[in-house]
Amino acid sequence: MLNWPNLVSQFFNGLALGAVLALISSGLTIIYGTLGVLNLAHGAMFMLGGYAGYVVWAATGSFLLAVLGGSIFVGVVGLFIELVVIRRFYGRPPEDQILVTFGIGIVIVELVRLAFGSLSVTVPTPPILSGVMHLGFLFYPTYRIAVLVIAVLALGVLYIILYRTRLGLIVRAGIEDSGMVSILGINVYRVFLLVFGIGAMAAGFAGIIHAPVVAPTPDVGATILVETFVVVVIGGIGSFPGAVLGGLISGEILSLTSAIDPAYSEVMLFVVMTLVLMLRPEGLLGVRGRA
Amino acid sequence: MSLLEADRINSYYGDSHILFDVSLHVERNEVVALLGRNGAGKSTTLKTLMGVIRPRSGTITLDGEPIQDLPPHLIAARGIQLVPEDRRVFGSLNVEENLILAGLSAKGRWPIERIWEMFPRLQERRRSRGTDMSGGEQQMLAIARALVRDPKIILLDEPFEGLAPVIVRDLLGVCRRLADAGQTIIIVEQNISAVVSLAHRAYIINNGHIVEERTTEQLRTQPEVLHRYLGV
Repeated sequence: MLNWPNLVSQFFNGLALGAVLALISSGLTIIYGTLGVLNLAHGAMFMLGGYAGYVVWAATGSFLLAVLGGSIFVGVVGLFIELVVIRRFYGRPPEDQILVTFGIGIVIVELVRLAFGSLSVTVPTPPILSGVMHLGFLFYPTYRIAVLVIAVLALGVLYIILYRTRLGLIVRAGIEDSGMVSILGINVYRVFLLVFGIGAMAAGFAGIIHAPVVAPTPDVGATILVETFVVVVIGGIGSFPGAVLGGLISGEILSLTSAIDPAYSEVMLFVVMTLVLMLRPEGLLGVRGRA
Repeated sequence: MSLLEADRINSYYGDSHILFDVSLHVERNEVVALLGRNGAGKSTTLKTLMGVIRPRSGTITLDGEPIQDLPPHLIAARGIQLVPEDRRVFGSLNVEENLILAGLSAKGRWPIERIWEMFPRLQERRRSRGTDMSGGEQQMLAIARALVRDPKIILLDEPFEGLAPVIVRDLLGVCRRLADAGQTIIIVEQNISAVVSLAHRAYIINNGHIVEERTTEQLRTQPEVLHRYLGV
């Protein structure tokens, strides 16, 4: 039914989904921008965050610990993958990098399936954030608003890292020209390692905070990965502000189209991506002529 | 012992052999020019000294220690600094951020005031992004970025290329001040008269081989050497 409360509620859903997409996409886009590697295992990192959080929650009953433990675990997995696999592929052609990250994604998904089965696991909403809020003419689930706030805060942390720290300065320069960064005496491989870890952690963090909204299954990462690619293409590859803008746009497209007919939500997403590619191939906030 | 010494280095781009047994040496406080036609191997030589290209054979020593197998960041840490041909200023960072980045891993560092004193124009534009700057300003920034690290040797790859004569005159003045202050420099440049006025000694490279070594004094008195290899 298309009516105002429904549409407004979908608009809020879109914001929350958009902020989560922005968070996952910023990880993907910064990794691609800095390392030059398109990480097809990024969706699996999101999924892994949900499961790692679930395990911590099941053991401790604390959602806060689940968020901390889940994201740190995925960050460590990211560091491990960079050190053991990705590092050997920097000098290789893009198709090799795509295949190897795709393979890593499959391994992670199947390991999770082996351990937890194919059905979803449930991470309940933390009690303090459960229930509904009364927003004038509309009742809205408190946790979705919390997801929006938490994701925006996390994006703020990423922003501070990127624009207010030494590491961020190196990363921004590295996105442009990592070869020159290394000529200026900086060990870019150490930076690549950190970036991969932080990018994985952002995806894992998004996975656990999103888990109470959509219960994780081993395959949840595949859908998210495709949506994340669309976000990055819309926003501009390698651009953090682009990932945020692209995330919000994509979240709204998915949500608002669902209010009319859910079957078309993904279609609309690709329609918009196609339009962006036709009218502004570098993406909304991308830089012409790079990547 | 020379400050920098390359002994019979051979470098490749993929399968194509670019440098053939290139040997050269640079003394402390010396300005050495590397002259040659387009494609002779001048930039490749500088890139090999910086570690951007790893030579397949031969040795390079800095202060007597071999560096030919080190990656660029470790060579930079030992005091060699390349100012690349296409400048490679970070367009998304402003002037000051470009300089801060360059200084991050440097052992000794020029105080920023010294950079501003040498390039007043950069101080005026300290908040401008690299992309918003003219070619001349970008070249100043590229050189300043190297100087911040207080390197033992600066490798300048065509610093005057494509710049207006008045800018070239300014940059040449900067280079001369550096040379007078004892900065060791290897310079690659098409602008022969500028280089000859700056350098103490020159190598001529042709098809990847060092074919001549002369003092610039000799080049002035024997212009036929330049004529033979450079057509000037």
